[in-house]
Amino acid sequence: MLSPELGHYALALACVLAAVQGILPLIGAHRRDPRLMALAPGLAIGQLIGLVTAFACLIHAAVTDDFSVQNVAANSAVSKPLLYKITGVWGNHEGSILLWALILGLCGAAVAAFGRNLPSALRARVIAILGLVATGFELFCLTTSDPFARVWPAPMEGQGMNPLLQDPGLAFHPPILYTGYVGFAVPFAFAIAALIEGRVDAAWGRWVRPWAVAAWCFLTCGIAMGSWWSYYVLGWGGYWFWDPVENASLIPWLTGTALIHSAIVVEKREALKIWTVLLAIGTFSFSLSGTFLVRSGILNSVHAFANDPARGIFILGLLGLVIGGSLALFAYRAPSLTAGGLFAPLSREGALVLNNILLCSLCAVVLTGTMYPPFMSLLFDRTISVGKPFFDATTIPLALPLFIFMGFGPMLPWKRAQLWPVLNRLWLAAGLTVVAALVATRQLSGVLPVLCAAAAIWIMVSCATDIATRIQLFRVSLATSLHRLRGLPRAIIGTAIAHTGVAITVLGLAGMSQAQHRIVEVPTGSTQTLAGYEWTLTDVHSEPGPNYTAMVATIEIRRNGQLVTVLRPSKRSFNTQNQTTTDVAIHTNLLSDLYGVLGDSHGTEGHMTYVLRLHYNPLAPWMWLGALVMAFGGALSLSDRRVRVGAPRRAASSVQPASTQGNNA
Amino acid sequence: MNTSGSTTRRRLLMALPLAGAGAVGVAFWKMLSGMQHGSFNPHDINAPVLDRPVPDFNLPGLPPAEGFGTAELKALTAPVLVNFFASWCIPCVAEMPTLMAFKDQLPIWGVAYKDKPDNAAAFLRHSGNPFARLGNDPQGRAGMDWGLSGVPETFLIGPGGVIRWHTATPLSEDIIRGTILPLAARLKTP
Repeated sequence: MLSPELGHYALALACVLAAVQGILPLIGAHRRDPRLMALAPGLAIGQLIGLVTAFACLIHAAVTDDFSVQNVAANSAVSKPLLYKITGVWGNHEGSILLWALILGLCGAAVAAFGRNLPSALRARVIAILGLVATGFELFCLTTSDPFARVWPAPMEGQGMNPLLQDPGLAFHPPILYTGYVGFAVPFAFAIAALIEGRVDAAWGRWVRPWAVAAWCFLTCGIAMGSWWSYYVLGWGGYWFWDPVENASLIPWLTGTALIHSAIVVEKREALKIWTVLLAIGTFSFSLSGTFLVRSGILNSVHAFANDPARGIFILGLLGLVIGGSLALFAYRAPSLTAGGLFAPLSREGALVLNNILLCSLCAVVLTGTMYPPFMSLLFDRTISVGKPFFDATTIPLALPLFIFMGFGPMLPWKRAQLWPVLNRLWLAAGLTVVAALVATRQLSGVLPVLCAAAAIWIMVSCATDIATRIQLFRVSLATSLHRLRGLPRAIIGTAIAHTGVAITVLGLAGMSQAQHRIVEVPTGSTQTLAGYEWTLTDVHSEPGPNYTAMVATIEIRRNGQLVTVLRPSKRSFNTQNQTTTDVAIHTNLLSDLYGVLGDSHGTEGHMTYVLRLHYNPLAPWMWLGALVMAFGGALSLSDRRVRVGAPRRAASSVQPASTQGNNA
Repeated sequence: MNTSGSTTRRRLLMALPLAGAGAVGVAFWKMLSGMQHGSFNPHDINAPVLDRPVPDFNLPGLPPAEGFGTAELKALTAPVLVNFFASWCIPCVAEMPTLMAFKDQLPIWGVAYKDKPDNAAAFLRHSGNPFARLGNDPQGRAGMDWGLSGVPETFLIGPGGVIRWHTATPLSEDIIRGTILPLAARLKTP
């Protein structure tokens, strides 16, 4: 039933439907023809059905080991565990582009399903623009990266996939990351629709923000998963390498973060409208360009994808159409958008503008660092590598003020604020920050880690203070406070939680700056001391796995003679690909990770020595925990009543300023 | 809205993103077409450095060894092998015996890359020190100027401080005997 030909056909059908979805509703919206506009949701759902069918066919081919499909033959093998046969579908170029298209189709269908209360013309335009983008990607898939191409004669056995990808973390990392990338297509489509209509107002801000927040949550989780994967799979003990592929995900995250903040200003105050539209276009453009750079091979990276300049040219053309077209429309229409509400520099709007400036500067810095090497090589024919020292020296000075303003920004009232009442509420936070800094100087070495730790405490206590003030904790009875807490808009609690998540991540980073490691070459039975623990290599033996054989080391870790844990790091040799991977062993107590890696072995039978890498990583889990907390905060704000009940009608005068006003007297 | 001057300025401002994206797009196009014609290859770590003068840098020594910089390399009259290494790098550890075996046939200058001086010194005490000069690059800044992709990385510098040969793999006896020594011999005789 689910043959590759059916999949190919379904993909082609989806592509045609997407093209129709991209054209007819736009004409309909232009001519105010309700029949043409009403086609949009049906077409979007039809396109999704086609893509789901195509994807199901590819999964079916992978699960049934149909090696006559070239993609399956090149990336799968009979001996591969079932889970990885399924997840391996998106572990390669062709499959991942199909996944990308599928998620884009999901976005279109989601707007069709959840956008019922949008004005019909706006909804038709948003869905149409998503359709146009989808057409491009599906054409790309069909013409240069066909996942359903057959080979004849079919090989008996596939070549297997890169063993590094045989890992549960990586199996689910791409779908989540792509949902983040592609999710920003929806704010992008809203921005283009607004430019076509020539109208951006508070209602638009309110419609676009939930989509941006949802995409942001996925992107946050996706980046955290990627970082976690490189931490425990690559076995280098590091968590972020400023690798171009990592930066390609960080850049849209930074602009996306700026977007979800500036959209608040559009929603509440009808200001920053042009800027927000530009951010929405920019964020999706960066998402697209990131993929392009990775797939075309322009940037050097450890993240291997089969590179092919021909594909690169197709994607570049696609990018030119999408990004160039949208920016041309922006240049043409944005000057006629009317400027919005005025505000004093010291106000919630002012703080959010500052947030945007800092986030975009960070983005510019990361972008510069990432693009400098290929541009230098192209323009001046010089090789340059840009690494950690550059990024450390440039990002931290920009991030620190961001953290400081994060503390009291949410407390400032709209329009015009006075600093004193806000600072007056923050004396506790300031005091605790100083205490934290003093404690940190004793615990941490280096100025920046101390500053970061203090900034994290500042953010946490300020967030708690903000919530406590709003529910009048200790000023009224506890029951009343709890009642007020339940009555608080979820968006406000979500903000506090997301900001706390940032603080947790920053604490984790500060802790990780104190990580210690040793590389030793030892025989079994020897003991090393690292960070107050005694690490004893007691045994190394071999164990068979499903499609590999493993050398497993046993490392007993003691503290003051007491057994803390036993680590079993291993090295896996994969039979089909003649490749080995290291399997890191990590013991965590949530305050620190004990991390062991087994390296090469030397010597002869009976006199073997083994290379061991031993790491002590304080607060490491907090980095990813913080990201989850951030995403949870975002999700919580999505469940806000104002989002769930639906958007307001376009007479946007009823938009209330944030419910903070009562507390500022 | 106000005067025509401010409207024009506004229009120009709004066109800036397009202009920027256009410039980047043209650059990407050139890179891609360069990759297809083979004139631009970001993955080929050899191409851009070969037959070029060494970059500007100056490294302090790792006592007791003397450091070196561009001036010393440009003053060379005979070829020298420059080897970037680190005590934390397993292939560098593996490479050391080979370097030790050939240090008398060709001078080797080392750079301790992103390494703690104590660790580098202890490592060389343990493995033996093949380096006639030894620069210390704890932050890896000189490595950046050299366009290092990792350690170990080795450059053969000819007279006058010109990079004549380069590899990013650990040196083996075969590479030294088969490639480096013959090349060095040719460079010596003008």
